[in-house]
This record gives sequence, structure tokens and C-alpha cells, in this order.
Amino acid sequence: MTDAEVIPAHETALVEVHRRLGARLIDYAGWLMPVQYTGIIEEHRAVRERAGLFDLSHMGELFVEGAAAGDALAAAVVSDPRTLAVGRAQYSMICVPDGGIIDDLIIYRLGSERFLVVANAGNAAIVSDELASRLHGRGAVLDDRSLATSLVAVQGPASAGVLGPLTDVDLAALRYYAIAEGSVAGVPALVARTGYTGEDGFEVFVEWDRGVEIWDALEAGGGAAGVVACGLGARDTLRLEAGMPLYGNELDRDTNPFEAGLGRVVKLDKPGGFVGRDALARVAREGVAKRLVGLTVTGRGIARHGYPVLNASGPSGTVTSGTMSPTLGRAIAMAHVAPADAEPGTILAVDIRGMSVPVEIIPLPFYRRPT
Amino acid sequence: MVPGDLRYTKDHEWVRIEGDEATVGVTQYAADQLGDVVFVDLPEVGRALEQHATFGVVESVKAVSDLFAPLAGAVTAVNDALATQPELVNSQPFGDGWMIRLRLADPAQGGTLLDPAAYEQLTSES
Repeated sequence: MTDAEVIPAHETALVEVHRRLGARLIDYAGWLMPVQYTGIIEEHRAVRERAGLFDLSHMGELFVEGAAAGDALAAAVVSDPRTLAVGRAQYSMICVPDGGIIDDLIIYRLGSERFLVVANAGNAAIVSDELASRLHGRGAVLDDRSLATSLVAVQGPASAGVLGPLTDVDLAALRYYAIAEGSVAGVPALVARTGYTGEDGFEVFVEWDRGVEIWDALEAGGGAAGVVACGLGARDTLRLEAGMPLYGNELDRDTNPFEAGLGRVVKLDKPGGFVGRDALARVAREGVAKRLVGLTVTGRGIARHGYPVLNASGPSGTVTSGTMSPTLGRAIAMAHVAPADAEPGTILAVDIRGMSVPVEIIPLPFYRRPT
Repeated sequence: MVPGDLRYTKDHEWVRIEGDEATVGVTQYAADQLGDVVFVDLPEVGRALEQHATFGVVESVKAVSDLFAPLAGAVTAVNDALATQPELVNSQPFGDGWMIRLRLADPAQGGTLLDPAAYEQLTSES
């Protein structure tokens, strides 16, 4: 007898591509996803130095449209999507009434009253249901196309050179946090200059069953430039170096946007109000219970998710994400700490398997791409 | 194929027994499962270990794994190269990626280890 294999509910359209490339596949948020192909460090370095190809089809794609789509969406999230020009994007969050974060989102304005909201895979169904309910009766409808959309990202300094020859979108005119409709390798696509790696890069949204065509074209077109397939392992170390939060680590329902260092995203005074406004206005007025910081381990070891952070008198907080930085060659982490301990230069300790190991608070991000 | 002159544990460690001394490391299978090793924490020389006691930690980018003493004994050497080159665990797990040497408390405990065929069988099932 063997234990029953846990089979995730979903596979992306690219699962056979991953198998061909020798990926190690894992269950991630109910999806069978590649965690690595050749190795996390090698894939990480490829994105910093050249470019990497990612299957992100597990993400949630929620289209919002209707006569009052902008107003309805603005009332549902903490940012103000009405301030976006058509073709631009913004980072946002959706919160519960007490200010806790349901998910972080990218909102793209595709038309005057048409938006694309991209949610994390693990939260896509929750966000879809919550957003649909918040939009109800407000002149907007939600079309959840998460299971009908493939998403392939090419990230890294070589990405524009790889994607450019394959698309009719003018990449030179496509700014960071912008999106355009066009075609890629002959496939109708939305091309966005967004990502989660700290590098220049693009995310290409296509119909579900066209995902393989996009991947194959980018893989073939990027071969000479040294583009490699990258899994979720490298995606995690890349975003951590770039100081970008991950839902479930830095963000959750017990954390509000101000505690996550994302207060700038919250538009407390936008017309019409929004879910969570009163609680977040109080946080803005009265201060936070914890702050998200970056730290580097000055002693021996790696501070990992969940490890306690200590100050001279006792507990200060908890490590939210930590790894050995492939780019910096030292152990880095993000952590929630007491506000009094959050200034860069502060020396704290992390409890690593019972040993109190010294760490220093340093500014985020850990890595900024050369300009 | 695993080296035929070693003994193995269910925790994917290898042991080279030479008289009353033994060298210990992790197998290629373990190294591959861990992925890129970035940190190895090893004990002080002189420390006495019971069989199956935790003697250190090996960390990859994603994961933390305990190391277990395959046999009882006192640590006579640790591989200091791993402090600066933890990647040796991936590139040469049966060679320069070794971890500790033990003076065995009871060489007869070697009989509790897996022979190469039994270890091959174990990894082919998982």
C-alpha cells in the first residue's frame, strides 16, 4: 500500500512544457507548479543578468466592467483606480472592514470603464467572490477569467530584446506599470510591463490554450540571449531581494497596509470611501502595532519565516521571509518588528533553532536594479 | 548508482567505515532533493553523539534539514570547507562535500546501516 498521492485541483496549460524541461513540480495553492528546473540560484542569476521565463497561469485574472466600473472598484479596494490613465497599472490591496489584508492586487485600466484585476493564486477565488459581492448593484460586473487565461512572464534586462521581435506592441513606448493590447507570436495578447522580480520585464496574458505558443516562441526567441525557464523558487528569492511582499508571509488578515509599509497605496480621502477606510484612518492617526523591515543576519545562519525576532528586553516580532540572497551572498530577511525597533541600524537578534543570532535592520529593498 | 564501498541510512546519509573511524555525508539523492545548498551548520570537534542524535543542519535556498548521527561516536573532524563552499554538498556529496568524521563508540553498530543495494531500493521507492 502506498499513500494516496495528493493531486492538485489544477494544472496550467504549460504543465507538459514543464515536464519536458525537467521541472520539479509541486502543489502550490492548489496548482501543480514548477518550483525549479535546473536550480534556484542559477535561475535567479539568469533573471538578474539576462532573462527568465515564468509560467504564472495560476494567478487570478478578474475583469471588471460596467457603466460605473471605476467607482465600484474604487469602493472595493484601498487605492483609487479612477486616477489611472487608460493603459496604466497600479499596485493595490483589498481589505476587510477592520483593515486586514485579503490580498494584494495589480489593477490595470484597459478602458474608460474596463479594468483587469490580478490576484494571487491562493486568494483568487476569495477575491473573486468578495469583489463580485462588493461590485453588486454598483454598475459593474466581474468576469473571472482565471481558468481561461494563461500568463507567461519574461523578466530580466534582456526581456525587451527577447519580446520585441515577437510582438506588434511598441515596447519602447510601453512604460513601467503600463499595459497594451496587441499580439505576441501571432496570438492576441495583453502585454504589461510589470513583474515581481525587481528587474525590467513583461507579463503576457493570452487565452488559456494559447499559452504554450507564447512560451515556445519566447523560449526559442530567447535562446541566444540566454533566457532560461524559472520556477517559483527563484521567483521567491527575486521578489525578496527586491523587497516585495508575498501574501501569506508579509501580508495577511492580521496585518494592515500601514504595518506592511504600504500606507502610500491607501487613498483615505478618495471620493466615495471604501471597505476598511475607517479602520485604516484610525491606524494612520494612531500609529501601527508593528512595522515591516528588512534585516541582514550579521551572525551565522539564515533567518526563516516564523522565527522569533528579539530585542534586548524580549520579543520584538517575527521573521516573515528569509533566505540566503543569491545576489548579495548573505542572509537577508523581512520581519514584522515593534515600531521602536524598526530604524535602520538597529541591532536585534533572531532565534535560529534556539540560538540568539545577531541581525541588523537595513533599508528595503535589498536589491535595486542598475539604472 | 550509489558508491558500493559505503553504507547508508534511511535519512539519506552515507557512512565510510575505516576501522573505528567513520566519515559521514549526505547522498546525491539528498543533495538533489534539497536543491542548492547555501548553509551547513556542523558540530564542534570533540562533541560526543548518540546514534540518531541531531548533529547539524543543512539548508538549501528553500529548505532546512537536520543531520543525524548514523552511529554513536565522538566528532574528530568537521569539513571546514563547507563554511565557505556549501555548494560542495551538491557538486561532490560523496567526496569534498563530506561533513564529519567520528571515532566510533561501538563499531558493531555498523550492522544497523543499509548496504548499497538496500539504499538503492529505498530511493527507487520514493
